[in-house]
Amino acid sequence: MQTMQEARTFLLKHAEGDLLPWRHHVFASTHFGLSMGQVERLALESGLLPARYQRNRKTISISQQLRIFNGSVAIVGCGGLGGYIIEQLARLGVGRLTAIDPDVFEEHNLNRQLYSTPAMLGRPKVEAAHHRVREINPAVTLDPIKCAFSKTNGFDILQGSDIVVDALDSIPVRLELAEVCNELNVPLVHGAIGGWYGQVATQFPGEQTLRKIYNRPSNAKGVEKGLGNPSFTPAVVASLEVAEVCKLLIGQGQPLSRRKLHINLLDMEIIELPY
Amino acid sequence: MKVKVKLFATFREGRFGEELREYTAGTTVGDVLKELNLPLEEIGATLINHRHVEEDQPLQDGDNLSIFPLVGGG
Repeated sequence: MQTMQEARTFLLKHAEGDLLPWRHHVFASTHFGLSMGQVERLALESGLLPARYQRNRKTISISQQLRIFNGSVAIVGCGGLGGYIIEQLARLGVGRLTAIDPDVFEEHNLNRQLYSTPAMLGRPKVEAAHHRVREINPAVTLDPIKCAFSKTNGFDILQGSDIVVDALDSIPVRLELAEVCNELNVPLVHGAIGGWYGQVATQFPGEQTLRKIYNRPSNAKGVEKGLGNPSFTPAVVASLEVAEVCKLLIGQGQPLSRRKLHINLLDMEIIELPY
Repeated sequence: MKVKVKLFATFREGRFGEELREYTAGTTVGDVLKELNLPLEEIGATLINHRHVEEDQPLQDGDNLSIFPLVGGG
């Protein structure tokens, strides 16, 4: 308690205006024996913005930045969509991330998956995400879970998450995820891609959006089966998903409730469908 | 009767984006899918005038029918 008080005094004394420079953030962490995340929360609660977020500030206020930091977001799938989603959530400053994926990097991932490099081939995707997040934003904690999501393990894994982000590549598993999110009363931000095309929607608790989107028999075949995925489509759809997460965390704007965006990058069209 | 058929994403390849087409009374959404050789397991959504419809839905003169493929990758 006294440590926190001393740390707060230190932060207020060393702030430049209401910005907390990185070097003082790091010093406070070592000097007072606090994690980078604890210092970040203390700063935000004291009305200080860690200077790394200064270009957010016309968009996101200090109190909203605190809400983002206090948020816990699970990303299910760490491939094409997941990599970009994790990167953006970590830079946005979401305090707790949980990344779920059973796979290791393979050569055919290198065209698009953000954390895949030749050196990482054969290594778990969640491990790469873990390292990357520590590197780019040490105030953020990422919990790497190397397993295949299912209805059986889903409750334990997603327990405590405020928002879940769909970055899966399987329609049947998506439907299980949507069911688990509804039972846990957690909003699910859905995204899917294939070739030049993608879609985004947000399912709030009680809604059946995913079941409506994927209402055909289980032999359903998405466009990605024939087209694969180029580098830019996951980046576009991941960014739209992160914008949804950000809005849900700060309670601003109009999320994609009961509607889905259909994105066509070949003809540059975005169309809204009701659900 | 005349129906405006709009195809989206991959369904445009080798077909069309939007076309005003002539159908006989009683034609259903499923008939159009069959005519255009669009396999059921690849269909993501079918809408008439912005409302979701099933394959057995009959078309009316002046309808706008939109057909979207399924997207499921990540």
